[in-house]
Amino acid sequence: MKKFSKASTASKKAFLNYGIVIAFFVIFQSLVSTGNITSALKGQLIPIACYMIMAVSLNLVVGISGELSLGHAGFMSVGAFTAVIVSSAMAGSSDKGSLIVSIIVGALIAAIAGFLIGIPVLRLNGDYLAIVTLAFGEIIKNILNCLYVGIDEKGVHFAFNNPAALAMSAEGKVIINGPMGAVGIRKISTFAAAIILLLIILIIIQNLVNSRTGRAIMAIRDNRIAAESMGLSPMKYKMLAFTVSAAMAGAAGAVYALNYSTLVPKKFDFNTSILVLVFVVLGGIGNMTGSLLAAGVLVVLPELLRKFSDYRMLVYAIVLILVMLVTNNEKLKGKIDTFFKKLRMKISKGGRK
Amino acid sequence: MLVHLINGISLGSIYAIIALGYTMVYGIAKMLNFAHGDVIMIGGYVAFFAMSEGAGLPAPLALLLAIIVCTILGITIERLAYKPLRSATSLAVLITAIGMSYFLQNSALLLWGANPKAFPDMFKNAEAIEFFGAKISPVALVAIFANIVIMVILTLFTTRTKVGKAMRAVSEDKGAATLMGINVNFTISLTFAIGSGLAAVAGVLLCSAYPTLMPTTGSLPGIKAFTAAVFGGIGSIPGAMIGGILLGVIEILARAYISSELADAIVFGVLIVVLIFRPTGLLGKQIHEKV
Amino acid sequence: MSKSPEVKLVNVPSPNFVPEKDLGKPLVLEAAHLGIDFGGLVAVDEFNIGIGATEICGLIGPNGAGKTTIFNLLTKVYEPTRGTIMLGGKDTHNMTPSQVNQMGIARTFQNIRLFDKLTVEENVKIGLHNHIGYHTLAGVFRLPNYWKEEKKDHEKALELLDIFGMADLANVTADSLPYGAQRRLEIVRALATGPKLLLLDEPAAGMNPSETEELMNNIRKIRDEFQIAVLLIEHDMNLVMGICESIVVLNFGRIIAKGTPSQIQGNPQVIEAYLGTHRG
Repeated sequence: MKKFSKASTASKKAFLNYGIVIAFFVIFQSLVSTGNITSALKGQLIPIACYMIMAVSLNLVVGISGELSLGHAGFMSVGAFTAVIVSSAMAGSSDKGSLIVSIIVGALIAAIAGFLIGIPVLRLNGDYLAIVTLAFGEIIKNILNCLYVGIDEKGVHFAFNNPAALAMSAEGKVIINGPMGAVGIRKISTFAAAIILLLIILIIIQNLVNSRTGRAIMAIRDNRIAAESMGLSPMKYKMLAFTVSAAMAGAAGAVYALNYSTLVPKKFDFNTSILVLVFVVLGGIGNMTGSLLAAGVLVVLPELLRKFSDYRMLVYAIVLILVMLVTNNEKLKGKIDTFFKKLRMKISKGGRK
Repeated sequence: MLVHLINGISLGSIYAIIALGYTMVYGIAKMLNFAHGDVIMIGGYVAFFAMSEGAGLPAPLALLLAIIVCTILGITIERLAYKPLRSATSLAVLITAIGMSYFLQNSALLLWGANPKAFPDMFKNAEAIEFFGAKISPVALVAIFANIVIMVILTLFTTRTKVGKAMRAVSEDKGAATLMGINVNFTISLTFAIGSGLAAVAGVLLCSAYPTLMPTTGSLPGIKAFTAAVFGGIGSIPGAMIGGILLGVIEILARAYISSELADAIVFGVLIVVLIFRPTGLLGKQIHEKV
Repeated sequence: MSKSPEVKLVNVPSPNFVPEKDLGKPLVLEAAHLGIDFGGLVAVDEFNIGIGATEICGLIGPNGAGKTTIFNLLTKVYEPTRGTIMLGGKDTHNMTPSQVNQMGIARTFQNIRLFDKLTVEENVKIGLHNHIGYHTLAGVFRLPNYWKEEKKDHEKALELLDIFGMADLANVTADSLPYGAQRRLEIVRALATGPKLLLLDEPAAGMNPSETEELMNNIRKIRDEFQIAVLLIEHDMNLVMGICESIVVLNFGRIIAKGTPSQIQGNPQVIEAYLGTHRG
């Protein structure tokens, strides 16, 4: 019996996460259909699901593979702008079909970007790796700022840093306009599609972690030298985690982009990468349930704080610092633990009376 | 060409002064202090209000006031937010530093608004100087000069004085330094104080050279200066100077001759190329794990 | 202490010797003129060794003699400055540590290097990694092959742990094991990679005499059962003299003596290296 207890806790955790996602969908979908939801919150549903994907996929790199990445939003933007182009090129096709193809192509292109960036990045260690991922995130943003794409009857035209080079016919329409970003995007994302994607991504991550490959990734994280001497190639497995994570961010970007009619590259800058990292850290490194909850709560929180609109980001910053202090300082942690223990004892005593 | 080169060295000197703050703090506390860029912004605002009509302080006094405020701010941030996390994971400290950065930016936003302020010209009496036919602004010269002075003083400080040597000892091995009777907490506070004081200098220079002041003024220069510190080899004082100047020159030349849109991408691209060939920066120490 | 009977060492065509029983079988490892410099310092020089197919060989020497450096050279953690390492007749020049492991060398570490946050069973499964036959995608999509191979993997891991009587600790995380058990787990993990040669770096460090005695029996048992060679670094002379068939003594990065335990025990140079020169 004991032999299987480990495996069953892992799958219990996995099913808890699927349950959370499905409950999230059912609750909010019913709120939407009964009209019991503010339009602001309704508009946040697809972004929340996308940020959940971003958080769990970044957790694959930060928590499971143990590398600090500060450029995750870069991969999201690659997926986003790819999806804008693909969906525009498929203007005649059905919404569902266009959405699925856009997500797949967005994920693929982001995976390629992840692989190419991984080659130099994964040779570095620790903080050096972090700063280079940050640099790549900024480079991607800069390059997208210089990207011009148009469509006319002859097909898709690309130009770099020079809108005039698009050379389109009179009927042509510009879909990505440099720093102004994408315009006239087909709004074909749906909440259901975002949730299905999130579930698929959770299944992939959790099955990957609980397999031969996941063990290898974690072994390299825990002790690289020992893992190498056990016949594992660190580069291969780090690259796998990094590329898969980039592809997932790309897929999230695709769904995110096709939820808006316009989108600027600046949306996916360093601050967005940091925001996702905050979800991962607050939810717990390597803890997928935590990532989901943190992403959900922290995307909605500023929305709820809208009454205090001037102070909300300040409150957010203070909460962030306090949470980090409380969860990471041994003394404070000890005090809080004893406080809760006492509280629990009091409650249980009270209950007995 | 010459004028671009000198402007590049000037901008690079500002980066170098900021990078010193990053590099010293990293060397001693092994943390990426993301709030450093926002201390620069605070320094800029303090000098701005000191020189505005209400207060009307002369420029040197305004600078001094900015240095004092930032130094106190730096020590306070360290005491409140970083010191309790001395034994925590580097990721926890990083997130706290990011939280501190948001805190400073949003405090500035609440206090002083989002509208950019036009920073007064500190050198309105000085004229541009001709140098082999290139016109050089006084700010550029002052920045270069300030960088050299700071570098010399810091080098002397860390190699000749007792406190400076203690600083180097703490950055090598905190535990051993404690056993040798060095007050580690004081040394770390001092490092933050120096770094933040330098941030004030950099803030005033930055705002004089690029006279728009906003709550986000410090972010991008902060990230770039941090890049410069990594570029030169984080933890190394001469590395920060070389990294800063190279970065400034590359940025200005890229802006002038390639594309202003892509200048930042080129700067970060050069950083990546350098790290591929020298994984710990130009002057960084190679660390081998003992097996 | 139970002592192995002394075996006869015989010369092979190269300037090495192996136990008589291994004569006629190819050498599992042969290193010639091996050396490495750190900066200007010559850490190891002119290291020559040949290890027979089922030989238990001891590598001893005072602290700082370069014993662990030799393990790091043999497993390619360091690339040698000079000399060649032949594994089963193949030159390991430019191979990575993971390639060398796949060629048949597995090792333990002086400062224990377990995968701390993984369980005991998972640690062993990492050792079995290259012997599990399913693709990453089979794992992600939970194809039948995943279940089949994971089951085999689980049984094999428990079987290996049972050698050291550790099967009941399978679900404990590695960092919560006591010190001696961590050392034993490292040996099991190394064994799981299916080596032809097992390198043990101070396997008895921190163990009490009865644990050491048990370890000696287990090392012998592993050798006999798996028919592999063992090269071990150890300061516990009872263990070294008790189970090694041949011994290599290192001082200042050079071999100062080679031979059977009794030859080494009587060697004046070895005594000098350990005790210093007799003065007066």
